[in-house]
Amino acid sequence: MSDKEPLFSTRNIKLLTNPLNDENPITVQVLGICSALAVTAKLKPSIVMAISVVVVMAVSNVVISLVRKRVPPRIRIIVQLTVIASMVILVDQFLKAFAYDVSRQLSVFVGLIITNCIIMGRLEAFALGNKPWPSFLDGVGNAAGYGVILIIVGFFRELLGSGELLGYPVLEKIGLYNIGYEDNGLMILSPMALITVGIIIWVQRYKNRILIEDK
Amino acid sequence: MKKFSNTYIFIFSSVMVILVAAILSTAAMVLQPIQKRNIEVEKKKNILASISIESDRSNAVTLYDKYVSNSYVVNASGEVIEELVAFDVDMKKEIRKPVGERALPVFIGILEDGKEKFVVPVEGKGLWGPIYGYVALSDDLTSIFGTNFDHDGETPGLGAEINTDWFQEQFIGKKIFDEAGNFISIDVVKGKADPQSLNEVDAISGGTITSNGLEAMLYDCLSCYEIYFKNQKTKKDE
Repeated sequence: MSDKEPLFSTRNIKLLTNPLNDENPITVQVLGICSALAVTAKLKPSIVMAISVVVVMAVSNVVISLVRKRVPPRIRIIVQLTVIASMVILVDQFLKAFAYDVSRQLSVFVGLIITNCIIMGRLEAFALGNKPWPSFLDGVGNAAGYGVILIIVGFFRELLGSGELLGYPVLEKIGLYNIGYEDNGLMILSPMALITVGIIIWVQRYKNRILIEDK
Repeated sequence: MKKFSNTYIFIFSSVMVILVAAILSTAAMVLQPIQKRNIEVEKKKNILASISIESDRSNAVTLYDKYVSNSYVVNASGEVIEELVAFDVDMKKEIRKPVGERALPVFIGILEDGKEKFVVPVEGKGLWGPIYGYVALSDDLTSIFGTNFDHDGETPGLGAEINTDWFQEQFIGKKIFDEAGNFISIDVVKGKADPQSLNEVDAISGGTITSNGLEAMLYDCLSCYEIYFKNQKTKKDE
């Protein structure tokens, strides 16, 4: 690097942490909602989906950033799509080989990472104009911002909808059912994911007033 | 912005495509044996589940070898086709063929009670995609010992309920032949199934199309085995 910027300068750290809060892809930019609704009925697929997106996004960002000066602008969208699609296929193949049960639960949604607007958006907006290292951080940061929301939603949906966490019957163990508690079946259906995301947005804006739009 | 010539763009895209193809096909080739094994283990797990043996990925193969003692392929006239291996038959392809040409696998499980269970695969259409599973018959070749159904993408909470215990347990003890020995299959009944009935089970409320699909699947697939089941029964009675 010519400007001799330290690897973890404030600017670089910001790339990593901003998407977790102020620029969160789901709760602030409202991108990638489709898969956030679809895979979060249980915590485990949410976590696997989050990790898969981190991998796909970090690697695609770095690859695109490495070739950014050689990509003809006229076909850059095709190049981006090719890179994302190949990464997604690789991740899918790995899941099928090493985490078969989870890959069955995620079914088509791994393939649909390709259409996740967050990834295309970051490649187009960031990786095409920045060096590999900041692009890597930006990719990890944005994917993590997406993943964190997925995991929060998955946590509440599994806990309240099935009374379990990662398949462990938490509510049964602490004896909630004995005092007449019942699982809320609605939590398993996708509308509740949207409502959960809505509640997260609400809480986030309550805590972080900068995000509230002017009337 | 730098100008790129058309030749450059062509060369760039060709190199990119060849590179990507090479990476992906290598990955597919390296990982294929592991993936194939996963699918096999899954199949063994499902066959075991239909004869009510719980297994997980680690012990499915050992349990399968222990309990499933024999398997073969028959045709619609109940004759054994020697050259085919039951485990390798792909039901998805078979159900597209006319009944007379289908290869019909039979898996024979022997549990602790020493009696034979006849496990046959079933395959059909739900609302959004394929539904499939295994039906195990007790050694009287009339009553259902257990079932295992699954689906690719039925509606959660509605059609997707076919893979739950409460739905599958209803089939246990139901009969696919009436007292006169006629094939009656299983009726998936909307409303309340008559508990006295030989062959009625409750459909899923809100999952009518999946329930109907399941009923059709059982009829289509089990009827192919009708002659085989009857032959086996006569053999047993002798």
